[in-house]
Amino acid sequence: MASANALPQTGPVRFWDRLNISTKRVIWAWAFLAVPIIFYAGIRFYPTFQAFWLSLTNWDLLRPAQFIGFANYQKMFADPVFWKVFQNTFLYLIIGTPVSLVVSFVIAYYLDRVKLMHGFIRALYFLPFLTTAAAMGWVWRWFYQPVPIGVINGFLSSFGIPQQPFLRSVDQALFSILIPAIWAGLGFQIIIFMAGLRAIPNTFYEAAKIDGLGDWAILRKITIPLLKPTTVFLVVFSSIGFLRIFDQVYNMTSNDPGGPLNSTKPLVLMIYQTAFSSYQMGYAAAQTVVLFTILLIVSLLQLYVLREKK
Amino acid sequence: MTMASTKELAANSRDIRPGRIITWTLLLIGGLIMITPLLFMFSTSLKTSGQVYDLRLIPAAPTLDNYIKVLGDGRFMQWFFNSTLIAVTVTISNVFFDSLVGYTLAKFEFRGRYFIFLAILSTLMIPTEMLVIPWYLMSSQLGWLNSYWGIMFPGMMTAFGTFLMKQFFEGVPNDFLEAARVDGLNEFTIWWKIAMPMVVPAISALAIFTFLGNWTAFFWPLIVTTSKELYTLPVGISSFSAEASIQWELIMTGAAIGTIPTLLVFLLLQRYIVRGVMLAGLKG
Repeated sequence: MASANALPQTGPVRFWDRLNISTKRVIWAWAFLAVPIIFYAGIRFYPTFQAFWLSLTNWDLLRPAQFIGFANYQKMFADPVFWKVFQNTFLYLIIGTPVSLVVSFVIAYYLDRVKLMHGFIRALYFLPFLTTAAAMGWVWRWFYQPVPIGVINGFLSSFGIPQQPFLRSVDQALFSILIPAIWAGLGFQIIIFMAGLRAIPNTFYEAAKIDGLGDWAILRKITIPLLKPTTVFLVVFSSIGFLRIFDQVYNMTSNDPGGPLNSTKPLVLMIYQTAFSSYQMGYAAAQTVVLFTILLIVSLLQLYVLREKK
Repeated sequence: MTMASTKELAANSRDIRPGRIITWTLLLIGGLIMITPLLFMFSTSLKTSGQVYDLRLIPAAPTLDNYIKVLGDGRFMQWFFNSTLIAVTVTISNVFFDSLVGYTLAKFEFRGRYFIFLAILSTLMIPTEMLVIPWYLMSSQLGWLNSYWGIMFPGMMTAFGTFLMKQFFEGVPNDFLEAARVDGLNEFTIWWKIAMPMVVPAISALAIFTFLGNWTAFFWPLIVTTSKELYTLPVGISSFSAEASIQWELIMTGAAIGTIPTLLVFLLLQRYIVRGVMLAGLKG
């Protein structure tokens, strides 16, 4: 900021005065952008290229990085743990995204029409979005404990339903983590859907009513089609969120992150462990390149879908 | 639930009184289920260790002993301080730089503007996870590991914030800026004194988002900090598991302390936050 202010004044005053207005403005613009350009170049672009480069090396923090070609990628694609993790990541995605979208749409659709205590009810749905996964991970782990501690098992046993292992089971753990992950993001999606619903001009609804359409027909023929940009945005936003899931998994399985038996481990957790538990930086960088590629495909699909039907 | 109420509404499209009552009740019940984990967390934080197994929501004899115990442990206060300092600093930096860049891209004509715009836009495609390994390398070479700066530096500016601000600055009429120029104000003053006050809603949305995002941030702080003194609150709360026996009432108190600040921010600024989410979602 100091540099932005000082730049025009440090030069000889006459020189500055002789410049025409538009030249002055160009100089101002670059002065404003100087620090940000250094930031984006040094902290976004350079590290991106470095990650690609590191993925082709055997760097392990101790010895200097050596170029080893695609060996990391070969190792990864031959590793059954990677494929297990890949499968888990897509399970989070293909269950998490549709479930959270349908639930948040239904809630937004009805909440939008509610006048009585609207703000209060909306707040109830939104509050979980403001929590941190580290704190909520503990609450949910406590919920999933066996009796006499666990709230959910206590609730089930009062109906005579047998104890469930939840986080301790290879079959249930992933779903037990998915529920808090959906829970935490629901409020955001509801608010966005409501904003989208409000943005639909009333004239459409009035015209539909005159044509004698019922609520169900209006929903199908007007609301859902006109809500498409919002829906596409949320599909992508939520997909990227589930593909990058980490906090919830790490904090609910912290005795054995990603366990039991890798049954809950997503890609980002594998990256974290490869890099910062076993210090195979080169190998971890290769995994980040895979994540980058998947996210890029999802983003490009969004652009494609929006362009196609508009 | 949904099918039933949909039919309910469809059947009574003219006279939907009973349908409305059912919808409202279901929405309220759903909302209460949503905050159940929070209620149990607060409730348990007010119980003694002997009452933890009593799963009633309202503690028989509520006590603040757990809070005194947890906050009395100096580390927790330290983590709270670290989180606050980091979130506030990063927020100030984002409000300043994202606005400045957004304004420059919206209101200045110069060669290369579109290129800079696209370059910053393209960083949205790069996931943090891909950058953490180079950042870690950079931090260890420059001695930034285990420092506040090390935790903060990756988030000092964001492409998202820049675009949000650019969108809003585009709506500021040029006449105001020209009038200021005629009055002889320099460009920095025009931005700071004339343009910034006209986009206050966007600034507040950006500030709230940046603060919440950094307060709850976990992945990078977990990587860059190894000494307990520098943990942020989420990393500190997460590290409880390393300790031998789990005392649920103390854990829940820690979790509650980590949650209270964001809930307070929400209660105070609810209107701005909801509007901010809507703005960000529609424009972002």
